[in-house]
Amino acid sequence: MSVALRRMPPWTAIVTRAVVLAVLAFVIFGPLLNLVLWAFTERWYFPHKLPQQFGVSYWFKVFSPRGGAITSLLTSIWIAVLTVVLALAVAVPAGYALARLRLPLRWLILLLFLLPQAVPNLPIYVNIARIFYTLTLNGTILGVVLVHASHGLVLAVWIASAAFAAIDVSLEEAARNMGASPWRTFTSVTLPLALPGLIASAIFVFLESLDEFTGTFFVGVPDVTTLPLLMFNASNGGNYQIASITALLLLVPSIAFMLLVERFLKADVLSMVGK
Amino acid sequence: MRPLRSHIAGLALAGPALVIVALFFIVPLAMSATLAFRDNQTGEPTLANFAKSFELYSQDLWFTAVIVALSTLLIGVFAVIIGGYLTLGGSERARAVLRWLYRWPLFIPFIVTAQVMRTFLAKNGMLNHALTGIGLLDPLTAQSLLDWRGIVIAFVWKQTPFVALLVAGAMAGVDPQHVEAARNLGAGRLRVLIEIVLPQVTRTLLVGLVLSFVAMLSVLSVPMMINPNSPTLLTVDIAYRISSHGDYGVANALGLLSFALAAVGAWFYLRHAMRQKSA
Repeated sequence: MSVALRRMPPWTAIVTRAVVLAVLAFVIFGPLLNLVLWAFTERWYFPHKLPQQFGVSYWFKVFSPRGGAITSLLTSIWIAVLTVVLALAVAVPAGYALARLRLPLRWLILLLFLLPQAVPNLPIYVNIARIFYTLTLNGTILGVVLVHASHGLVLAVWIASAAFAAIDVSLEEAARNMGASPWRTFTSVTLPLALPGLIASAIFVFLESLDEFTGTFFVGVPDVTTLPLLMFNASNGGNYQIASITALLLLVPSIAFMLLVERFLKADVLSMVGK
Repeated sequence: MRPLRSHIAGLALAGPALVIVALFFIVPLAMSATLAFRDNQTGEPTLANFAKSFELYSQDLWFTAVIVALSTLLIGVFAVIIGGYLTLGGSERARAVLRWLYRWPLFIPFIVTAQVMRTFLAKNGMLNHALTGIGLLDPLTAQSLLDWRGIVIAFVWKQTPFVALLVAGAMAGVDPQHVEAARNLGAGRLRVLIEIVLPQVTRTLLVGLVLSFVAMLSVLSVPMMINPNSPTLLTVDIAYRISSHGDYGVANALGLLSFALAAVGAWFYLRHAMRQKSA
């Protein structure tokens, strides 16, 4: 038993701990529970503590063809998939180069991959939207994918570079010594070892794209309605049921993927991020 | 491999990613810096956009600085408390519960956070009902928290787990012998946290806080959904200048001002990093 606890009777410590944890649990899950309640509400007016009438009629509304949830969900997933493909196609080679090859002006390249995270990105999106307007890319899937990918690839480069850096170079050297070509060494030794990290980065990019609001808000309107935009419009229209249901839809992949990420992103890779 | 060939290979591999960053980050950044100093119609160099920004939005500029700084401070305090308890806490079970609990908002996007808080903090929200339920609040004085307080609460709720995760990881790397030695000399847990553990994780804490600071300066959904009316955050003003007036001059001037705020945040971090190097 520690000094602090010996000073007070054990039950006081236990009660204090339980109360603090209960308050924390309320702070964390209270807002989420409130969201779930709204998703299953038919009527709920002040000052009633709970909805006066529960129901699922809004779920039917959201998923009916006019509700737009299915279309938005498919649009969001399609954009996220394309974003992952584009971002990883450029981030994996860049990550490998940063981890394994000599680069001229390495510090500058690292800085370029750091800056987008260190600068508020809303003013950036405003100007991308202006450029895209002249290129007639506003309101197109391609435009939104380009914005999402340019944001996501920064994170992907870091994780990919960390994943490659965590691999023991002697394994690659052994393959080379036994006569494997550089390409063969990469595909049969390096890539399989880095794969968990690369999958983790793909998951991050996918989620970032799925949840992205600000860039889509400027570049996607009026034709591309992703799930976050649908949610925003419903919420601004004062329809809390539809907004809450859409918000729940957005939460499912976030939580599922994040639980998966812990499996793929091992501590040895995490410790290499940003090095 | 010979150095030159290796250089070419490296650049060829990193090239496409660099091109994308250049096109979709550097170019718009440069545009922002130029358009802020140009007249919208004539393209003449001018400071009028900044004059107009200060005239219309100086209150929001302060509001943004204070809200984001206050949120960052609270995030730092809570993250250190959580990380500290996870590292030094007495009860094994309480630590396990805390470790499972604190991370949840990390998985939740800003826009969902905004919607969640919009219902939770409303006059008819669960927070008020819970507070009146346990007798801490008179139902007649219950008010909506959907103003600056709502923005701060949403930011702290969403960003604390991220910083706490980084800080807890760094704290786990602190040599247990340091902690043990201090404890044996009779130092209390709080003192060990502040005097032994915290100085060793300051760098990680600051990185987390700077990233959060910048993220909060970029978020549009939270202020727009929780408190869209003046005074509000600069992000809302920028969006408004574009969508209602097509006014890229003032929008970019406000954008540069938000970059300046981010630079102040980064400066705190750099100053610390420099001091550490010279020490």
